[in-house]
Amino acid sequence: MIGGLFIYNHKGEVLISRVYRDDIGRSWAADSAIFTSSGPFLGEEVNANRRNAVDAFRVNVIHARQQVRSPVTNIARTSFFHVKRSNIWLAAVTKQNVNAAMVFEFLYKMCDVMAAYFGKISEENIKNNFVLIYELLDEILDFGYPQNSETGALKTFITQQGIKSQHQTKEEQSQITSQVTGQIGWRREGIKYRRNELFLDVLESVNLLMSPQGQVLSAHVSGRVVMKSYLSGMPECKFGMNDKIVIEKQGKGTADETSKSGKQSIAIDDCTFHQCVRLSKFDSERSISFIPPDGEFELMRYRTTKDIILPFRVIPLVREVGRTKLEVKVVIKSNFKPSLLAQKIEVRIPTPLNTSGVQVICMKGKAKYKASENAIVWKIKRMAGMKESQISAEIELLPTNDKKKWARPPISMNFEVPFAPSGLKVRYLKVFEPKLNYSDHDVIKWVRYIGRSGIYETRC
Amino acid sequence: MTDSKYFTTTKKGEIFELKAELNSDKKEKKKEAVKKVIASMTVGKDVSALFPDVVNCMQTDNLELKKLVYLYLMNYAKSQPDMAIMAVNTFVKDCEDPNPLIRALAVRTMGCIRVDKITEYLCEPLRKCLKDEDPYVRKTAAVCVAKLHDINAQLVEDQGFLDTLKDLISDSNPMVVANAVAALSEIAESHPSSNLLDLNPQSINKLLTALNECTEWGQIFILDCLANYTPKDDREAQSICERVTPRLSHANSAVVLSAVKVLMKFMEMLSKDLDYYGTLLKKLAPPLVTLLSAEPELQYVALRNINLIVQKRPEILKHEMKVFFVKYNDPIYVKLEKLDIMIRLASQANIAQVLAELKEYATEVDVDFVRKAVRAIGRCAIKVEQSAERCVSTLLDLIQTKVNYVVQEAIVVIKDIFRKYPNKYESVIATLCENLDSLDEPEARAAMIWIVGEYAERIDNADELLESFLEGFHDESTQVQLQLLTAIVKLFLKKPTETQELVQQVLSLATQDSDNPDLRDRGYIYWRLLSTDPVAAKEVVLAEKPLISEETDLIEPTLLDELICYIGTLASVYHKPPSAFVEGGRGVVHKSLPPRTASSESTESPETAPAGAPAGEQPDVIPTQGDLLGDLLNLDLGPPVSGPPLVTSSVQMGAVDLLGGGLDSLMGDEPEGIGDPSFGAPPAAAVPVRLGAPISSGLSDLFDLTSGVGTLSGSYVAPKAVWLPAMKAKGLEISGTFTRQVGSISMDLQLTNKALQVMTDFAIQFNRNSFGLAPAAPLQVHAPLSPNQTVEISLPLNTVGSVMKMEPLNNLQVAVKNNIDVFYFSTLYPLHILFVEDGKMDRQMFLATWKDIPNENEAQFQIRDCALNAEAVSTKLQSSNIFTIAKRNVEGQDMLYQSLKLTNGIWVLAELRIQPGNPSFMDLELSLKCRAPEVSQHVYQAYETILKN
Repeated sequence: MIGGLFIYNHKGEVLISRVYRDDIGRSWAADSAIFTSSGPFLGEEVNANRRNAVDAFRVNVIHARQQVRSPVTNIARTSFFHVKRSNIWLAAVTKQNVNAAMVFEFLYKMCDVMAAYFGKISEENIKNNFVLIYELLDEILDFGYPQNSETGALKTFITQQGIKSQHQTKEEQSQITSQVTGQIGWRREGIKYRRNELFLDVLESVNLLMSPQGQVLSAHVSGRVVMKSYLSGMPECKFGMNDKIVIEKQGKGTADETSKSGKQSIAIDDCTFHQCVRLSKFDSERSISFIPPDGEFELMRYRTTKDIILPFRVIPLVREVGRTKLEVKVVIKSNFKPSLLAQKIEVRIPTPLNTSGVQVICMKGKAKYKASENAIVWKIKRMAGMKESQISAEIELLPTNDKKKWARPPISMNFEVPFAPSGLKVRYLKVFEPKLNYSDHDVIKWVRYIGRSGIYETRC
Repeated sequence: MTDSKYFTTTKKGEIFELKAELNSDKKEKKKEAVKKVIASMTVGKDVSALFPDVVNCMQTDNLELKKLVYLYLMNYAKSQPDMAIMAVNTFVKDCEDPNPLIRALAVRTMGCIRVDKITEYLCEPLRKCLKDEDPYVRKTAAVCVAKLHDINAQLVEDQGFLDTLKDLISDSNPMVVANAVAALSEIAESHPSSNLLDLNPQSINKLLTALNECTEWGQIFILDCLANYTPKDDREAQSICERVTPRLSHANSAVVLSAVKVLMKFMEMLSKDLDYYGTLLKKLAPPLVTLLSAEPELQYVALRNINLIVQKRPEILKHEMKVFFVKYNDPIYVKLEKLDIMIRLASQANIAQVLAELKEYATEVDVDFVRKAVRAIGRCAIKVEQSAERCVSTLLDLIQTKVNYVVQEAIVVIKDIFRKYPNKYESVIATLCENLDSLDEPEARAAMIWIVGEYAERIDNADELLESFLEGFHDESTQVQLQLLTAIVKLFLKKPTETQELVQQVLSLATQDSDNPDLRDRGYIYWRLLSTDPVAAKEVVLAEKPLISEETDLIEPTLLDELICYIGTLASVYHKPPSAFVEGGRGVVHKSLPPRTASSESTESPETAPAGAPAGEQPDVIPTQGDLLGDLLNLDLGPPVSGPPLVTSSVQMGAVDLLGGGLDSLMGDEPEGIGDPSFGAPPAAAVPVRLGAPISSGLSDLFDLTSGVGTLSGSYVAPKAVWLPAMKAKGLEISGTFTRQVGSISMDLQLTNKALQVMTDFAIQFNRNSFGLAPAAPLQVHAPLSPNQTVEISLPLNTVGSVMKMEPLNNLQVAVKNNIDVFYFSTLYPLHILFVEDGKMDRQMFLATWKDIPNENEAQFQIRDCALNAEAVSTKLQSSNIFTIAKRNVEGQDMLYQSLKLTNGIWVLAELRIQPGNPSFMDLELSLKCRAPEVSQHVYQAYETILKN
């Protein structure tokens, strides 16, 4: 299991260090001579051991000149797992054959928990909250085993204002422990709202890789359904969407409905759910039922590859005029209902490293050559469906002796559209709370679709 | 107010000031001071001097302060064990606190204080906490047992905590169950024999129920534990799979991967014809693809695992090529892994797309990635024959880019393409030659030189080209020097007239001016070949080369199977077994996939089935090999292994020293590298074929001959059984049987190479045994054993070896060595191979002896349902050297009096009463008398075996 957890700043200074297992230090004592930099602190054995593991990571990973070649590093039979958030490094250390996927999942979760408590993960925030972080680490990792790490539960007894243990009644205490260890660890009982309300966001990111000739090399949508629930009690929810398998199953009875809804249903390649969803029920009946956590959470993730609506088509034309000049023309076409508006459109056209000057002409939006990014960035605020726009540029090149050809990175695109490119539709979200006095009709529900570009690239 | 200020105090005399603050009366000030101490501790300052002052702050009802003090204690208790005792009272008191959070905190922290003295005080509170009414305390206490076990394993056993922990598996709270499973799994790892996690259908059912209810982490613990279970038959395997598959939709990738592990493992047991098998295969693909949309670090873990899965079961992802296409901004580690998988999935159906992608990648920035992409194009050409031409033209395009490392890499792979498809693409040689000057890496230079030498007759200026390399001969790396030597000799053999001078030059450079023994040796060999018999030289040097295989970097099947059992863990990320990177005893237990079983065999116990042991054919169930080896070596090998599939590698390690020396002397004619069991395989081509002494090889030929004839009239020969499964012997599978013909015993062996490398240098040795059986000649394997090749050998045996009584009596322990390692197995030989030909006793003698042997030495046995009459029985036994001396008929029953003699001179006398049980089957009653009664049991078994076959 996880032997220790360290947090470093970008210089490699330790901000947090928590050791769970003795073994991660053991062999380091012998090698301590290597790390003379930590000399002043080597006063005492336990500390020395830990410092050596800490230093090994700093020397070999953070201070390593080259790019990180692997998120898992093995130094002298000790394995280091790391993730980076802005310029903060989180590293988990172990000497055993641990479940690697679990360690990374835990590190991500740790980031989520910290973010839920104090916002952005930055050096300042970590230093400001180091007592809290130690407290959290004590709670969510015991002897290297991850424990309940749902912020909803944690916040009931680990708070920034110090513990209210003195004021807790016995009932409150047992309520906390039963929630932390219980089946529904993500929701506490006794939540009350005057207005029962829920928000559903279908957030999709559409990914595309297209050849210069307009052939789709790969395209997929990875989507998330994010729910914000403000519901009283322990509501039982049921979520329905236009999943092909469900629609076809229901359609067996009424033939005409099949033909009608057949087109609208979508084939989902795969989906994963928040731990509140009853997976065995989904497996047997393909129904999505759950008791939601309070507030915001990600209900499901899914992926589709069939019948994707590609909101934009990029048509590139690059011509080399002699050795010192390039002519680039890029056309973008919007491919959705004319009544809808796409926003935040940005096309990024890479330019060679030896570019000396660029002239750009575009009919719509603004385009700029950004030398520091080696790209022409063309921005359009809004664009309706079924429209077309074009940019042309002349790129002057410095003559070079460099034999290496310019790699021609793909043209990438960013945008946001108010529909789901996968075609997913929310059919219903029913709420049942038998104990309290409100019904499904009383709940105010909001649904919103946002399609964003993921990696949306066209080779040129 | 923020806490960051605590990090900034760097004044002198700080410790003194802190001391004063810690002893302050004001609560707030105390807390501040402790925070400062913790901050100093974090940045690595030694604040251990404050120990007593900090511990004094422990008795507080402020939970936050308490936690801080505990944190300090965990860090420094070990350096101040005596003072740590001061804290014990508070801990014990806290364990009784009405607040469950405080009880749990106390027991959790106490377990983290690794001081022996404290552990004694921990036992009582821990026992209470394990039975606490609050699940939060119980789940914490469960983990604490694992902590205590890590400090003092004996104490945990003595106090009976393991049993309490086992009981927690049936706890009503899923989180308690999950933590108990995690703790037990870890403890069980350090006690492979203890059968702690007594997994049976009932406990599995409990775990599967808890699986639906516990946290994501708990699900991982439980799934990882389930993966260690071996279902008793395919039906059970299927029902577990059905209950695990819903986990594939979990948002946590680790849950998904652990579920994949369970499914991949149990799938081994399912028949491929089953509908469910196909359904399961289909269900596995989507979640694996979904893992690729996780964060990059997890993608990396997933890709390393997919790499294994694709090798084990290519059918799962064969249609998913596109998802492995590299994205421009993937981190480099993801890109390299995707590339690997793309090549594995490349097939005729998708090769066009793959090639287009690879060409795209070859123009990227990262040098390693570009090189790998170019190499991948070459591998595609070798793998998919139809694409070879397109690959070659793509490579040529890349060479035109003149990017130095691209050109070099391309030339290296083109060499391999030439090897695979000789005389097909030589038209490109001219283009290659143009780039000669830009090659600066040894591998590329060597490849180019090889090409020039191999096709010297088609390159007009081959001599000039090679001569140009020769100028800087001594600055080249050995690889290039060797290749240059060979290439010039090839050139000379093809164009002898123009190149005489050149060849002399290179030979003298190699033999006289070089210090490298390899180079010198090769030089001398060529020199002598050329000077004595140029025709022979031509045959040797220009011989036709064997074709190269298509997949070069597959993981060995046995290792692959082991790694499949470690899906999701570090082992699967490193592609190494845990023993390669984990220290000490933990994690060295080998895991292996369960064997496929049919439902008809479901009665077989799960213990014997996976071993692949020939249980069905042997009269006795052979004890597990691990135990036998322990006996054989009489070494302290740690606790014996529980199940047959688990063989600790320490057994092999320990055993090597004992027998290694003996094996070396066997192999006297090849001294280098044999003493070391871990030496790598010597290059197969370089090892001369061992011819052995002519006499012994003649002998074995003779035995081969007789064994062919002898089976007709000789004694009964059991069918060959697997003695050493490939899984346990790094790919070497040995099966065999014993025969006796015309007075000679031999061991008929069948060696199969199931590894990916060539095996050579075989040798065999027996441990001392009851009858002194020993090989009469060395093990003769005339040629190296290539992958998937099988060889049959008859090893003559004699009975003049050292004698040691074995248990069971006919147990034979064998060590087999090859170039990879030394392997041990044991087998039971049928006693009738020891029955000698002159075992017929004189009648008088028989009577006298029968009377002489005391009655307590007489043993009686029943042989039921024998389909032979007295006459046939007698003949049949005679062919196995059991001689009938007299025959009587008493009250309608035939009585046979028989004698036999063992190789060591022991006589066995028998009285066989044949009772007609029913019309076609007889019941035989056998009475045996012998001065050494312990052989009787085995003689009876020999009778039974002979008569029933």
